[in-house]
Amino acid sequence: MIVVMSVEVELGQIVKLSKCQTSPIFIVLFNSVTKTKGFVSVPVVDSISQLEVESASRFADIEHRCIPFSIFQFLIFRLDINNPMEKGKGVMGGRKWAVEFTDNSSIPSTRDIPDPPGFTRIPHDQDDSTLSKQKKDAEANWKSQKAWEVAQAPFKNLLMMGFMMWMAGSTVHLFSIGITFSALWQPLSALQGVGKVFEPYKNTKVDLLAPKLLFIALNLGGMLLGVWKLNTLGLLPTHASDWVSSLPPAHEVEYSGGGIALH
Amino acid sequence: MGSDGKKREGKTDQPSLEFSDPPPPFSLLIAMAMAIKLSLILLFFSSSLIPTFSLFEDQVGLMDWHQRYIGKVKHAVFHTQKAGWKRVVVSTEENVIASLDLRRGEIFWRHVLGANDVVDKIDIALGKYVITLSSEGSILRAWNLPDGQMVWESFLSGSMSSKALLTVPANLKVDLDSPIFVYSGACIHAISSIDGEYLWKKDFASEGSVDVHQLILPGGSDVVHAVGVTDSSQFDTYEIHVKNGGLLKHTSASFPGGIYGEILPISGDRFVVLDASRSVLVLITIENGQIHLEQTHISDLIHGSSGNTVILPSKLSGIFSLRTDNGIVFIKVTGEGKLNVMERVDKTVVISDALPHSEGEQAFALVQHGDGKIELSVRLVHDMSSNHLKETVKMDHERGFVHKIFINNYVRTDRSHGFRALIVMEDHSLLLLQQGEIVWTRDDGLASVIDVATSELPVEKIGVSVAKVEHSLFEWLKGHILKLKGTLMLATPDEVAAIQKIRLQSSEKSKMTRDHNGFRRLLILLTRAGKLYALHTGDGRIVWSTLLQSLRTTSQQCAGLKLHQWQVPHHHALDNNPSVLVVGRCGLSLSSPSALSIVDAYTGKELQNMGPVQHSTVQVISLPFRDSSEQQLHLLIDADKRAHLYPTTPEAANIFQRESENVYWYSVESEAGILRGYGVKKSHSSDTPPSEYCFETRNLWSVVFPSESEKIIATVTRKPNEVVHTQAKMIADEDVMYKYISKNMLFVATVSPKASGPIGSATPDESVLVVYLVDTVTGRILHRMTHLGSQGPVHAVLSENWVVYHYFNLRAHRYEMSVLEIYDQSRAENKDVLKLIVGKHNLTTPVSSYSRPEVTTKSQSYFFTHSVKAISVTSTAKGITSKHLLIGTIGDQVLALDKRFVDPRRSLNPTQAEKEEGLLPLTDALPIIPQSYVTHSFKVEGLRGIETVPAKLESTSLVFAYGVDLFYTRIAPSRTYDSLTEDFNYALLLLTILALVVAIFVTWVLSERKDLQDKWR
Repeated sequence: MIVVMSVEVELGQIVKLSKCQTSPIFIVLFNSVTKTKGFVSVPVVDSISQLEVESASRFADIEHRCIPFSIFQFLIFRLDINNPMEKGKGVMGGRKWAVEFTDNSSIPSTRDIPDPPGFTRIPHDQDDSTLSKQKKDAEANWKSQKAWEVAQAPFKNLLMMGFMMWMAGSTVHLFSIGITFSALWQPLSALQGVGKVFEPYKNTKVDLLAPKLLFIALNLGGMLLGVWKLNTLGLLPTHASDWVSSLPPAHEVEYSGGGIALH
Repeated sequence: MGSDGKKREGKTDQPSLEFSDPPPPFSLLIAMAMAIKLSLILLFFSSSLIPTFSLFEDQVGLMDWHQRYIGKVKHAVFHTQKAGWKRVVVSTEENVIASLDLRRGEIFWRHVLGANDVVDKIDIALGKYVITLSSEGSILRAWNLPDGQMVWESFLSGSMSSKALLTVPANLKVDLDSPIFVYSGACIHAISSIDGEYLWKKDFASEGSVDVHQLILPGGSDVVHAVGVTDSSQFDTYEIHVKNGGLLKHTSASFPGGIYGEILPISGDRFVVLDASRSVLVLITIENGQIHLEQTHISDLIHGSSGNTVILPSKLSGIFSLRTDNGIVFIKVTGEGKLNVMERVDKTVVISDALPHSEGEQAFALVQHGDGKIELSVRLVHDMSSNHLKETVKMDHERGFVHKIFINNYVRTDRSHGFRALIVMEDHSLLLLQQGEIVWTRDDGLASVIDVATSELPVEKIGVSVAKVEHSLFEWLKGHILKLKGTLMLATPDEVAAIQKIRLQSSEKSKMTRDHNGFRRLLILLTRAGKLYALHTGDGRIVWSTLLQSLRTTSQQCAGLKLHQWQVPHHHALDNNPSVLVVGRCGLSLSSPSALSIVDAYTGKELQNMGPVQHSTVQVISLPFRDSSEQQLHLLIDADKRAHLYPTTPEAANIFQRESENVYWYSVESEAGILRGYGVKKSHSSDTPPSEYCFETRNLWSVVFPSESEKIIATVTRKPNEVVHTQAKMIADEDVMYKYISKNMLFVATVSPKASGPIGSATPDESVLVVYLVDTVTGRILHRMTHLGSQGPVHAVLSENWVVYHYFNLRAHRYEMSVLEIYDQSRAENKDVLKLIVGKHNLTTPVSSYSRPEVTTKSQSYFFTHSVKAISVTSTAKGITSKHLLIGTIGDQVLALDKRFVDPRRSLNPTQAEKEEGLLPLTDALPIIPQSYVTHSFKVEGLRGIETVPAKLESTSLVFAYGVDLFYTRIAPSRTYDSLTEDFNYALLLLTILALVVAIFVTWVLSERKDLQDKWR
């Protein structure tokens, strides 16, 4: 069966494949800017899954494994490649594919081309209710696992930072200062974006507090490391000398002048 | 990313869509880090090396200038006959002998003799040697006329000190030799002019205490006539043979009246002298071996003359000139020995010596001073009635009167005789007059600078015309493009020359307005002649000069003493120009009345002429108070130890009354060996308060040094305007020491009286050098240190909390430099960080000298190779920049020595922390790095002082060294960390930025395209 559908997706968008397809899917991508086409073949979609449309460059990998058109179902997506946002966001590994073919879109397509089967304009979050509880559990498990992984990520960073600091030495110069400030800045920016980092794993069933706390703790540790480095560089005002170095000489009450008689 | 792409291709058997940018390989990162670290360490090390001031050849003159002077001319000898270069050889009061180009006034060559080697006489011998007699006639030297090389030198020893006379006979030949006759040390010496060999010596000490006044060699004879006076009551003439010094004849005639002044020769056998009462002229005639004395009362010659008569030393054959109170009188001596008054001229007229003119005639010049002009007239001795030549020359008022004139004649192209006159003015400047015009002038008053002050320049007026801006922008661009060419080695030799010219004559540096960095200033110099000069620091040109009228008003000898900032408008009185106070003294004793003058620093006008004021001035104290018009309050201490307040306004008096109980002053009486401290009495004393601006003072303390063992040889204080940035000194391990910073600290050096002479006059056991640090408010001795076996001269500099002093170590036979740092122990407890954070410390509370601070000192001595003429220290605007000592060496150069070398905390093996602090390992001698001479190739001949002025730019200090020469430069002791260097190429920077921006755009577009390609591969 050849299904031709036209959908506008963005890179990074997750497309739900609701019905399980036993045969591989082949996706034709159309670049609206260069007016060229590319192909993506998707391996066998055995269970319900999602396809996050990621960087188009990825498709090149599978290109040579394309299987002739006639055998497979086709999906034609029009991709807006000019918006390569969230490139490399994919922390989730081993992703499976799923295209939902039930037309549950309530809003009719405004375009000339009818919406392809499986395409829905309704945000996928609302689909959660339609998912089965089992699926939800699986997803929740997976999400919490992922969240823990994300939470532990700064640890690796911490080790590397420590090594870099050791490399930088304890004299004040450009490199050591750069390292130190990046060590201070990285945890700070990570802490600012702590909500965003855990956003994909938000789930009513998943308790994100513990991973978040670990994440925060690890980042704080990184920051402490930076502060410690700052101190070893002597950049923290912890000595008396730091507080008196700019004190002007005390005012003198008396004034005296004179000397040898002018001659 | 090519390798990454390949890697991915290799991985394609794994059907995975997952991909994230891999982190750069870790090993690579480490290598990068290492490389960066290494290069940074290198950079750090290279920047932490001791900065030197070496500069490239083409940088000379960029920010420094050097001016060569000779001083006030005493004698001049022309050398114009048969010479390719017409020149005049002069000797000056600064002990300089120089050969000047007569066409342009430039110096051909110059020698500065030592301060004790006073030039007595100069002459030219054999037409090729300049003969100088110096050091009271004990050193005779011959210098090669064309190039100034010394040919020979003879030391003449005499039995006693006497006048120094030099006679160089024009064409006397004795055995193929031309002897020179010198009278010095009560001996007549005959010296060969060819090689300086001693021919013979005739000692007059055996002849009784005769004082020879004239040494004459009558033309053609081979007899030297020496005319002298014994016990000022007997005339003696000696005839001495030129070949062997044998005494041929001695005649004498007693004159009980005594004589005044010098015997003046009229002709070969006639002399004239004044008697002791200065009312009788004595004409001495030697005839047939007999001395005839003929006395004439001056009142018979000149009616109504009083006792102040002087015979002027101008040698006019057959005539002499007499100065009386009413004027100058020319008196002719007739063949029969009659005195005829010929002419009477004004008192200010200056007369030259007579000059052999054509056909045995003699001519002399006299200069008369008119209003804004001078009249030069040349007369013939035989025909006094008419002027042979009369010229009127316009003369700047600021040059004052004519002091000396030397004339010389030349033959014009039409075979007629012309005269040129070299005149020395009141301000010590030297001018050459020829054909009624000033051919050249030399401002040689600048060779005797007494005191230096600086002034800011006016603020730049806003509103410059667009055309000017465009023009300057165009010039700027052109200059920078040229520079860029130079940098890229594309410039032709012509362009290189143009670049150098642009750099040297940058209009920026000689502008008459204030600049952002504070490099452009006015140097205000007070000279010995009583003239004030303002020099622009950019190119050293004279902006204005003023002969101070306050120092000229009286007949007495007035001399400038001190220069002080009077008004420095900053906030309130910006409309006013800054001004300086000149303090002078009219008379020689300490109690002579003083002259005060306030001079506008922008225009040189005397705003206020307060001289001579009633009181004397022995000390000038600039008080740290200002009135509402930003005039600095000054206390002038007179010889009766009364304090006179200036400015004399009620406001100033109010301010002073309010502060007077905290104002003290001290005097150093070096002869008596006493330091005395005084306070100002609040109420006027009962006995005749002279005015409400005059205050009685009372003695508060005295420090008496035992006169048998100690003699004060040097005192030094901190510069009053020195800025200290911090009271704390960071030492190793983040520790703090608190400096004892007091403006009222006086460094006193004393030596045992035996050792106060020159080096070698005392044995090491006899000579002891003791240094003191004295608080001048309470008289408390803060520290005392003894250097056994050492002696002066001591040169010292006191800055912040340290003193560096230079002296001679007799035991080591070397000069030494010691450093003494003083720290406040009572503040040392302030080390608790928390207390410091919340401000609970006593570090900012005002301190009083009466609170008896506990002090500790650290000191260290180092050998130093040079003997020193002056020592100074750099000063910067905020006092943050590290300091350099500026040492005026015996070679008249200025050496910059990093203060870190003279650190008392240097140790043999500094710890790691101390090394990080910048402490150098201990060495026994201070290094002299040839590149750190700030005067580079120049010499500041006769160096007397080094003045440093902070620029607005914190890193930079302006240095002005003065002596016979002037030298100015600016130095950055820690390099110019706060500005780009002069030759920074802005055009290159702009081009680089532009190129980078273009490159960014190009690569951005390329990478976009590549990204797309990659995605669609």
